[in-house]
Amino acid sequence: MIQARLRKTFPPRPDSAGFSLDLEFHATAGVTVLFGPSGSGKTLVLDSIAGFVRPEEGRILLDDDILFDAAAGVHLAPQARHCGYVFQNYALFPNMTLRQNLEFAAERTPRLERHRRVNEMLERFRLNDSAGRRPHEVSGGQRQRCSIARALIGAPKLLLLDEPAQGLDAPLRAEFYDVLRQVRADFKTPALLVTHDLDECFELGEEMLILREGKIVQSGTPRRILDQPANLEVARLLGAFNLLAGEIRTLDPGRNTSRVQVGEFELNGPYFPGRLKGDRVTVCVRPEQLTVGARNGRPGPNQIPAELKRTIEKPHWMRLEFSGGIAVDLPRAEFERQRDNKEWVIQFPAESLRVL
Amino acid sequence: MQIDWFPLWLSLRVAIVSTAIAVAAGLWIAYILANRDFRGKEALDAAVTLPLVLPPTVLGYYLLVLVGRASPLGRLWEAVFGSPLVFTWKAAVVAALLHSLPLLVKSARAALESVDRSYERAARNLGASEWRLFWRVTLPLARRSIFAAAALAFARSLGDFGVTLMVAGNIPGRTQTVAVAIYDAVEAGNGTLARTLVLVVSAAALLILGLANRLGPR
Repeated sequence: MIQARLRKTFPPRPDSAGFSLDLEFHATAGVTVLFGPSGSGKTLVLDSIAGFVRPEEGRILLDDDILFDAAAGVHLAPQARHCGYVFQNYALFPNMTLRQNLEFAAERTPRLERHRRVNEMLERFRLNDSAGRRPHEVSGGQRQRCSIARALIGAPKLLLLDEPAQGLDAPLRAEFYDVLRQVRADFKTPALLVTHDLDECFELGEEMLILREGKIVQSGTPRRILDQPANLEVARLLGAFNLLAGEIRTLDPGRNTSRVQVGEFELNGPYFPGRLKGDRVTVCVRPEQLTVGARNGRPGPNQIPAELKRTIEKPHWMRLEFSGGIAVDLPRAEFERQRDNKEWVIQFPAESLRVL
Repeated sequence: MQIDWFPLWLSLRVAIVSTAIAVAAGLWIAYILANRDFRGKEALDAAVTLPLVLPPTVLGYYLLVLVGRASPLGRLWEAVFGSPLVFTWKAAVVAALLHSLPLLVKSARAALESVDRSYERAARNLGASEWRLFWRVTLPLARRSIFAAAALAFARSLGDFGVTLMVAGNIPGRTQTVAVAIYDAVEAGNGTLARTLVLVVSAAALLILGLANRLGPR
């Protein structure tokens, strides 16, 4: 288990705005994703844990080892931390073959066992055929597998991955996810994965920490976070929502219902705990939760008439963009059935509404 | 006429010894400059570079003061080795070092600093000591530039004149290096000797320069 409380400040300079990292989290087995926009401090968290960066305050605990404790003046060298780090560019030593890269990393294992262990890793990560080649002579997928094998060969207590799928094409990305799932099953090494790709969070993450400007703004399982973002900020970071200004009209905890005014229309929603009648809120609903239909006279309950502005082709669905900035994702077949609609209404299922 | 090849062999010997010392000491200084942060770091860099810009006579004068027979360093040398340092071929090595060392430190520092830091982070992360990181990762990655710098330092050591003349003197058969011998031959009107030595030195310099360029970073 990794437990960290970190604080580090970079004062503003003429050429850069200041930045301060101030957060606390713990992560147990499985993959914990650090999600956030660039500049939110994700990599700084990894570097602090790996010992490349010294925070000003806080404490980092890995299992029973204190890696860093500002109050006690403990700051272990990177060599003593037993964290496997998979770098963004992999950082495989270009002057060594893949096998030598693994041997370099296994130097701490006893000589007799080292050879066996290197072979085992080459086998497991399907690197046997390229073991004698240097990093620039092998494919991107082999480089990537080698960097993970190298990070794992010393049996680290924690795996740190810094946007390892960044810049990979789709097949390599899928392969990488497979490798990492395999690693999770075989090695049971807990991992911290830095990414700003929401798909990756769902593919790999058991837990998710959302970072913004050096602070954690929400944590939980990816599913839960997507279902109920903690605030407008998180919803914007996830980038997966329609966000509409509204005002709460009625609230009925007994029937678990509410009514929210959006523009000139009223929508039925579930009861929103902690809200008051008259609160100005942001209605938050995901594009794939909405449906559309042809308009026939007065719009029915929970329908908002809108004008179709444009449609965007997606691999497996269509995105429809309506007036008022509302986006709807439809399965292709559904869109084909409706494409000749002259006037449109958007249907907001009551249970899908969230307010922020 | 019989050409005396001794100055050429002496220069070669001086250049080899001085380059060896420059590589050993220069790498160490360059490593410190590239990896450590301390007060006076840039002052050290400047002090190492200074000989490149000072007039040879000034350098020679400093050296005479520093390691002459009357100086503490000179007396220490004499006590340890039983003979004075100045006006021996070893003094010519010191004179050559004055120029080869800064060349090496400058290039080696730049070469070490140009190695991508993520390799060093990776090595530390994998448990490598600083020593192993240097020998197995940083140095191999910087080695082409360092070889090139060593070749240049060697060429530079081969031809030092001013400082050598001042601290090693011009004793034929003992401290007369090729550069000094050429000067001597011209002064004495010995055109054949001067021409021969000039041609040999030029050819050697060209050869080394070609080597340095081939070794240089690609």
